[in-house]
Amino acid sequence: MYINNYCQLIEMSTKIICFYFQVHQPFRLRQYRFFDIGKKHNYFDDFANRNICRKVADKCYLPMNQLLLEEIEKHGNQFRVSFSITGTALDQFEQYTPEVIESFKRLADTGCVEFLAETYSHSLAALTNKEEFEKQVQKHAQRIEQLFGQKPTVFRNTELIYSDDIGEVVHGLGFKGMLTEGARHILGWKSPNLLYYNAKQPELRLLLKNFSLSDDIAFRFSQTSWGEWPLTAEKYLTWVKALPWNEEVINLFMDYETFGEHQWKETGIFDFMHALPRMVIEESEFTFNTPSEVLEKLQPVAPLNVPYPISWADEERDLSAWLGNDLQDDAFQALYACSQAMENCTDPQLLKDWAYLQTSDHFYYMCTKFFSDGDVHKYFNHYETPYEAYTNYMNALSDFKIRLEQQ
Amino acid sequence: MFGWEFPPHISGGLGTACYGMVKGLIYHDVEVLFVTPKVFGDEDSEGFRLLDASDVDLTLSREEMDEIWSKMTMIGVGSYLVPYLSPEFFAQYSEEIMKDEKRIKETVFQARFKFEGKYGKDLFEEVSRYGLIAGRIAQAETFDVIHAHDWMTYPAGIAAKQVSGKPLIVHVHATEFDRSGEHVNQRVYDIERAGMHAADKIIAVSNRTRQVIIDRYGVHPDKVETVHNAVMTLPEQQKPERWINDKIVTFLGRITFQKGPDYFVEAAAMVLKEMKNVRFVMAGSGDMLEKMIMLAAKHRIGDRFHFTGFLKGQEVSDLFNMSDVYVMPSVSEPFGISPLEAMQSRVPVIISKQSGVSEILNHAIKTDFWDVEAIADAIYALLNYKGISTMFIRHAREEVEALKWDQVGYKVNNVYQQLLPTD
Repeated sequence: MYINNYCQLIEMSTKIICFYFQVHQPFRLRQYRFFDIGKKHNYFDDFANRNICRKVADKCYLPMNQLLLEEIEKHGNQFRVSFSITGTALDQFEQYTPEVIESFKRLADTGCVEFLAETYSHSLAALTNKEEFEKQVQKHAQRIEQLFGQKPTVFRNTELIYSDDIGEVVHGLGFKGMLTEGARHILGWKSPNLLYYNAKQPELRLLLKNFSLSDDIAFRFSQTSWGEWPLTAEKYLTWVKALPWNEEVINLFMDYETFGEHQWKETGIFDFMHALPRMVIEESEFTFNTPSEVLEKLQPVAPLNVPYPISWADEERDLSAWLGNDLQDDAFQALYACSQAMENCTDPQLLKDWAYLQTSDHFYYMCTKFFSDGDVHKYFNHYETPYEAYTNYMNALSDFKIRLEQQ
Repeated sequence: MFGWEFPPHISGGLGTACYGMVKGLIYHDVEVLFVTPKVFGDEDSEGFRLLDASDVDLTLSREEMDEIWSKMTMIGVGSYLVPYLSPEFFAQYSEEIMKDEKRIKETVFQARFKFEGKYGKDLFEEVSRYGLIAGRIAQAETFDVIHAHDWMTYPAGIAAKQVSGKPLIVHVHATEFDRSGEHVNQRVYDIERAGMHAADKIIAVSNRTRQVIIDRYGVHPDKVETVHNAVMTLPEQQKPERWINDKIVTFLGRITFQKGPDYFVEAAAMVLKEMKNVRFVMAGSGDMLEKMIMLAAKHRIGDRFHFTGFLKGQEVSDLFNMSDVYVMPSVSEPFGISPLEAMQSRVPVIISKQSGVSEILNHAIKTDFWDVEAIADAIYALLNYKGISTMFIRHAREEVEALKWDQVGYKVNNVYQQLLPTD
C-alpha cells in the first residue's frame, strides 16, 4: 500500500522548465570632461548607444524573437518563456530600433510569453531608497502593460538582487512572486529546483535560478576548453532529466543577449535553441511554464532566509560588482544624495537624466575585481580603467547636481 | 647648447626654461647653437640656430670615427627605465626614433652597436646616441663654451668637451633626488655625477638645488652658482566668463611622488568639510593618478574633486583663467615654473617651502608640503577672505613680470665670461 502511494507520487509530480530572459541596454555616458561641467548637459553617447542597440538588435533580439515565435507556433503553445525588458532598453528600441518592440509585441500576442516587472532604469534603488524604488517599479509596470497588454505579477530586481527586506517591499507592491539567484551560500543543502517563500512575507513566492544549468547555456556553451563542449540539445536533456524525483522546477534565467551576442550565431546557439523545445516536449515529462504559471502549479516548500542582499553576478553572488570599492561607494552616495531634491522635480529632462544615471552598469564599470571575473567585466565595459569610468561619471553627475540646484 | 626638448614639443618645464634662456642670451649678444635630439620644424628659432641631432651627417671615415672615439668616453647603459619623461611623451618620442632607425643603422651606429651589442631601444640608448653625435658636432662647429641641460644631455656635453677642449657648463634643472626621492636610479645618478665633475662650472636653478649638488654629489661649493629661472611675459588674457559658480582650486603637474598630489587631495577633503561651494581640479597624468582618484573617492569628495587628465596649451590657460587658487605642494621641486604662470593669470598661489621658486616669491603663501592643515587653511583663507586674495591678485602679476629671462641671460653670460680665456 505504502509503496503504491509512493509510486503514485512520482507519477504525479510536476516537472517544469522555466525560461526567463533579461533584456537590457544602458545609456552609456560619453566622454564628459571637467570643462563641460556647467556648460554642456548632454551626458550620453548617442552614437555608441545607437550603434550598439542596432548591432544587438540585428544579431540577437530580432533573430531570437523570430526563433521563439516559430517554436511557440510549432508546438501549439506548449513552449512558453518569460522576459523582463528594462525601461532604458525600451527607450532605446523606441528611438533606434522600433521593429524590436513590434517583434516583442508579436510574442506577447501568442499568450505564451510573460513579461515581468523590474526597476525602470535597471537601478540599484532597492538598496538605498524605498520610495524611489517603488516609483521606478510602478513606472516600469505601467510601461509594460501599455506596450504588451499584461500587468506584471512577478518581479525581478536588477541583477536578481534580493534580500528579505527587498522581498517585503516587493510584496507590498502587490507582486505574487520574485526571481532571484539560487546562491549556494544561501541555499546550503537546499535545492534551487523548488519553490520557496519570503521569510517575512510568506505570500511572496521565490523562484531560484539554477545557475549550473543556466550558465551551461549562457557562459559555457561556446567554451572549447569546457569538458562538455560541444553542448547539444540531446546532452542537455539528459542533464535536465537527471533532476531528482522530488524536485520540480528548473529555472533557467539568463541575459537575452546570450543568443547571438555573447554566444555568436556561429557557435550554434540558435540551432541548440531550435532543437531543445521539441526534444523536451516529445522526449521528457517536462513542461515549459512561465513564472506566474509556476506559482499556480507548485506549492512552496520552505522560507528562504536572506538577511544580506544576493545577486546573480560573479563568483561571490553578492553586490561587489557594483558596490564596495571606494569609487563605487562614493559615486553611489553622491548620486542618491540627490534623492530628496528629485522628489519635487518636475523637469522632464532632469527626470530622464536622473533615471539614466541610476543604471547599475555605471557602477559595474567602476569595479576593480579584475582577477577572477575580469573577463566578463571587460566584455561589458567601454572604459579602459575603472578610474576613468569613475571620473567621467562624477563629472557628469556634478553637472547634473548643478542643474538640480539651479532649477 | 645641448637640450633635450624644445617648445612646442615639451613634456615638462625643461624645454620652456631652455627656450627662455636662449632668448635671454641672444638679448645679451651671445650666439647660440642649440642642439636637441629631434627638431620637428615648427619651433621658434629666431635669432639662433636650432640643430637636429638626427640630421647630423654621421657617415664618417674610419679615421674620423677613431678620432672621436679616442677623445670621448661612451657612457653605455642598458635599462628600460624612463625616469623623467612622461610615458606618453616617451612613447611618442620612441615612435619618431623608430622612423629614423633604419637610417641610423645604415650609418655609423650599425658598426658601433655591433661591438657593444647590448643596447636596448630605450631612453638610455638615446642619451648615448646623442652623446656620440655631440662629438661629431663639436668637431664641425666653432664655439667658446658648452652648456648642457640636465642629465640626458650630460654625456653629450662631456663628449663635446673631450673633442673640443672647450669649457663645459652643466645646468641642473632637477636632480635624481627630486625625481625619485631617496630611491635614486643609480645609472641616472652616475651620469649626473659624471657630468657635474666633468663640468667647469655648474648652474643650479635654486639655492636648494645648489645645496643638493654640494651635499649629494660631492661638488665643491665654489663651482656651483644659482641662477633662478624666469617666465615668459604673456599678454594678459581677458578672463573668460565663468560658467561654474563655484570657486575652483587647481593642481597642475605630473601626478607623481615629487609633486605631492596626495597632500592636495587631503587638503581638499579638509576644506570641503568647511565649505561646499568649491571644486578641486587635479590636472595632469602620472603614475600616482589612479591612487589619487581612489583617495578622492575614499574621502567621498568625488563630486567636488575633478580629474582632467593631461592638458595641452589652450586648456592649461583656460584652467588657470577659471582658477581661484593654485596649489603646488611639491615634496621636492628644484624650481617650479607653473606657479609663475598661474600668477601671470592673476591666480593666488600656495607653494611648498620645498620648492626653488619659493626662494624668490613674496606674494605667495608658503607652507611645508606635508603640512596638510596649513595648506587647507591657506586655501580656505584665499577663498573666503577678500583682503588677502585681492592683495595677491593685484601684486602677483607685477611680481612675476619682474622676473625676466633677460636677467637670467645676463647671469648665465657672466658664468660664460668667467670661463673664457682672459687674453
